[in-house]
Amino acid sequence: MEWDILIRIFPQVLVDGVTLGFVYALIALGYTMVYGVLEMINFAHSEIFVMGAFVGAEVLLIMQASGALGSIPALPLLVIVLAAGMAAAGGLAVAVERVAYRPLRGAPRLVPLISAIGVSFFLQDAIRLTESLWRNAFFLTYPTIAFFDERIRLVATVDISVKSLTLIAVSILMLVGLSLFVGRTKLGKAIRAVAEDQATAGLMGINVNGMISLTFLIGGMMGGAAGALFGVQYGTINPYTGFIPGIKAFTAAVLGGIGNIPGAMLGGVVLGLLESFAASYMSLLSGGAFGAEYKDIFAFSMLILILIFRPRGLLGEVVREKL
Amino acid sequence: MRNSSAAIPTIRAVLRRPPVAMVLASVYILGTGALVAGTPRSLPFFLLFIGSLLLLYYLQLPAWFKAVGMGVTLALLMPFFGTRNGFYMEVATQVGIFVALALGLNIVVGLAGLLDLGYVAFYAVGAYTWAIFGSGQLLKSWPQLSGIFPLGGGSPTGTAWFFVFLLVAVAVAAITGLLLGLPVLRLRGDYLAIVTLGFGEMIRVLANNLDHPLNFTNGPIGITPIARPPIGPIQWALGALGIEATPAQIYPVYFYFIVLLVVGIVITVTNRFKNSHIGRAWEAIREDEPAAIAMGVPLVRMKLLAFAAGASFAGAMGVLFSAKQFFINPESFTFLESIGVLTMIILGGMGSIPGAILGATGVTILNLQILKQFSLTLNDWKNAGVTILGYNLANLPPQLEPAKYERMVFGVILVLMMIFRPQGIIPSRRRKMEFEEAALEKEEFAAEVVDTVEPKAE
Amino acid sequence: MKRSRIPVTLAVLALVAALLLPDNVPVSAQQNVIKIATQSPLSGGQSTLGVGIKDGAQLCIDQQAARIVTGFRVQLVPFDDQAKPDVGVANAKNLVTDPDILLVVGHLNSGVAIPSSEVYNDNNLAMISPANTNPLITDRGYRVVTRVVGRDDVQGQVGAEFAGKDLKVKSVYIVHDKTAYGQGVAEFFRDNAPKNGIQVLGFEGTEEKANFDPILTPIGARNPGMIYFGGIYDQAGVFFKQARAKGIKALFMGPDGMDSTDLPKIAGQAIVGMHYTTVAGPPAFYPGAAKFIADFKAKYKRDPEPFSAQAYDSCWIGLTALANAIKAAGGKKPTRLQVTNAVRNIKGFKGLTATYSFDAKGDPDPAVYFVIQIVSSDPAKWGQNKLIKTLRIKPPAAKK
Repeated sequence: MEWDILIRIFPQVLVDGVTLGFVYALIALGYTMVYGVLEMINFAHSEIFVMGAFVGAEVLLIMQASGALGSIPALPLLVIVLAAGMAAAGGLAVAVERVAYRPLRGAPRLVPLISAIGVSFFLQDAIRLTESLWRNAFFLTYPTIAFFDERIRLVATVDISVKSLTLIAVSILMLVGLSLFVGRTKLGKAIRAVAEDQATAGLMGINVNGMISLTFLIGGMMGGAAGALFGVQYGTINPYTGFIPGIKAFTAAVLGGIGNIPGAMLGGVVLGLLESFAASYMSLLSGGAFGAEYKDIFAFSMLILILIFRPRGLLGEVVREKL
Repeated sequence: MRNSSAAIPTIRAVLRRPPVAMVLASVYILGTGALVAGTPRSLPFFLLFIGSLLLLYYLQLPAWFKAVGMGVTLALLMPFFGTRNGFYMEVATQVGIFVALALGLNIVVGLAGLLDLGYVAFYAVGAYTWAIFGSGQLLKSWPQLSGIFPLGGGSPTGTAWFFVFLLVAVAVAAITGLLLGLPVLRLRGDYLAIVTLGFGEMIRVLANNLDHPLNFTNGPIGITPIARPPIGPIQWALGALGIEATPAQIYPVYFYFIVLLVVGIVITVTNRFKNSHIGRAWEAIREDEPAAIAMGVPLVRMKLLAFAAGASFAGAMGVLFSAKQFFINPESFTFLESIGVLTMIILGGMGSIPGAILGATGVTILNLQILKQFSLTLNDWKNAGVTILGYNLANLPPQLEPAKYERMVFGVILVLMMIFRPQGIIPSRRRKMEFEEAALEKEEFAAEVVDTVEPKAE
Repeated sequence: MKRSRIPVTLAVLALVAALLLPDNVPVSAQQNVIKIATQSPLSGGQSTLGVGIKDGAQLCIDQQAARIVTGFRVQLVPFDDQAKPDVGVANAKNLVTDPDILLVVGHLNSGVAIPSSEVYNDNNLAMISPANTNPLITDRGYRVVTRVVGRDDVQGQVGAEFAGKDLKVKSVYIVHDKTAYGQGVAEFFRDNAPKNGIQVLGFEGTEEKANFDPILTPIGARNPGMIYFGGIYDQAGVFFKQARAKGIKALFMGPDGMDSTDLPKIAGQAIVGMHYTTVAGPPAFYPGAAKFIADFKAKYKRDPEPFSAQAYDSCWIGLTALANAIKAAGGKKPTRLQVTNAVRNIKGFKGLTATYSFDAKGDPDPAVYFVIQIVSSDPAKWGQNKLIKTLRIKPPAAKK
């Protein structure tokens, strides 16, 4: 067991884990908000995330083809990509809610869940179809933006790329913004009311449908931002990219306490760290017997363990079921 | 059933009279059969022929006639067509496998209400059980085991251990079902779904990676060759009748009959479960868990039994699948497969046996034949340069081909079914009544709310 | 409910029948048509190479079929195996029921070719592979399977020798993509490394396509002289790009899966200067292929990919075999078995890329292996990659 390597790479793995964690955190927000309001897992959220990534890619590719890529400085470029991704993803989320979930409100639990799975599958292939027609390829590569690929040395053995820093910064900004919105504004209060008790909120004069749509919009925008950032960070995307991160992000949301926004953030970072450490250390620790290929199993096992031993998550509140 | 106000019987009433129905059914079966025999590669006629089973189900016929009709269709005509066009045998066998899978999942999801999104894991366990022991896989690491039972791929004429392992796989899969059931007993519907999904993925990743440090599954390369059931007796029997046939010709039909037999057993067992106190206990759990507990239903035991029962069907079919394919690898056991089986029972009708059969048949044929045929036809049109509305199909990118969009098809089916007909095409009678009741209740409640609350808050 | 169902069902049936109509015409065996099927990934991450194979075969049929095969019209029937074994096998089961298909040119991925060839073998349908390199393809001794390219066990050996002797690499970390092909060739490289003075620091597989940071960090810490990626360009490109971004200075190397114009598109500057071994090169490497490149570009408006020329040659060999079989059958349509035997009997066939003879297993004797260095991150300049070494090696004898 090479202890010196283990120790030496620790900070870098930490940094990588935090970066990954914030991606999960942003996606987890979408899951947790929808679950808080409708008590349903929005299975299609992974495709909303991917939609953000694809729209961001298309914007960059179109700019690259028209030669405009070089002439716009990096930060405004990022803002454009983010805005496009967020708008597309948010819009898609609202549309999905309207078409596939609203008609099923009040139905037994299984029904909207299955519908969500159906939407998820449909969107995967719909994105593939659109890209096939438009570009005759659906494995897209993000054009590189030089500024973001530079790396900054933090300490001797650790460096972090500008894009990772940007990702973390943007994520934190969004998370803080969201917390403020939900906690301090009137609309936020309305959303919380609907999450608490839909019927009563309606009786209080709140436009329940509108608030639910708003929730989906915000959750979708977060997912879209995560998608665009994911694309810039890791480079290649395809319509099926969203599936595994989606499940992991849901795991993160559960880990932090479903329905709880700071919980989603915490859960995301924790899961990112766990996964990063698992992938980097597993082969070192097991002498090559088990390697990075088991990191997904690790994440799922975490999920099962959390659900068995602490079903409310790290920051969640205990929900007693009245018998 | 007489319409008292009509003096002239309606066409429906005429059709209902058993003799007329029997004649109609016979004519239909023989007619479509003749069409298929005449043009072995024609898909629409094949579909019409399969439709005869549906016809037998819906028409009011005496039970003996239905049995004879299905027997003739499935046990005589279908294999006969199979010898004319091997692909039909393949399709029919696949349909049979998925019917059993759908029935298994039906127990877990439809009867017990436990949303299992990782059902393919049990299928994989069964398949790999036979693949590992019925091939030379273990000999790679432990050559000293050679000579013990079917290790080594077996002879080209197969080994009787296949049947033994059908039962072994049932046991192994059932145990796996118990192992999955234990941790998830207390989980609510949506959490259960995600955990079972994770479990399914875990099995796939394990299959993909258990080639080191000890090589059990041979990883992504997969396991081949896999031993098949013995055809020695069959060859002998055919020889006695004077028929020459190579193993390659016998096996497709042989597998078809094995599948038919196993499906028959599965249907019988499911029926028995459904109409027993166990089945009622499951339905009680599905409807209202706290009430079921209050009624004294042993929750833990029933849930575990549901998982184990559903898993065992999948395990048996896994063995058949790996023997038929002669080769398996982890890619056959993805999440898409689990969702495929779920789509089948959603489409057909959760909790209903004919529904599951219909759903499985429909979805499998859709995937295997219809979508592929669309692709091939589209390809022919592309080659011929056909233009639709001025757009020359030859310009259509190769990435676009109907056969690849099965996810989209599943997705659309799931969403549309949930919105318009959540009880499925052939719902079990109980569910049908439930949904009609629920719809009625919803209307009444909506009417009340509109009266008492101002219109803004819907 | 029943009443409204009947018209709907009828309508659906009518629609389905309409769309399926062409196959209604009794097409049990068209008298004067012979079909050659291709199976390769036409969609997905490896479609660039897969489409190249299909197009190469199509061009061959366009140019050579009328000349070589007399009395029959030859058509191409392309199938998309999506680089998935299940799909390949399903396609195989479907295409063997068409009695006009007498030959298959395919696949790209060894993991798909192996199970599909079981189906071909059951039906005596000949398969000529332009790109499959896993030894198991021919080591099973199936008469129907033939290939025009070399094998991974030799390729791994060639790679290890080059790395150790020519590049003087002292340590290597091997990563593979957990497919039959990638893991296979990586294992052969690993097995040959020690005898060339290279220490293997690690051997790891990953299915990850996007985020390689966690894997790269420990690799970087070990500081290997070289990283060998056993896999295909769509994954390798991302991997190498992220490796350079992390500051890893090791040399990069890979097998023929790297050979695609998409690699520089994905990886950019990161892969410039790296080497890869291949059993086929960009078509520009072959002196006999100059006209092929021009014709390909004229018809398809883009440059041919690696393996396109091999697909052309595979198809050409197939057509020649068909012609021989037709002659032997006295001008009638040959059986699949006759075509299979005719393919194996081909000796000294002068194709675009080499002169082909096959050994008893179906391997080309000798097979050509190249070591190539990438010179530019511009996809258009892929054909200008530097040919460092050419080796002609006899295929190993059957192991059983």
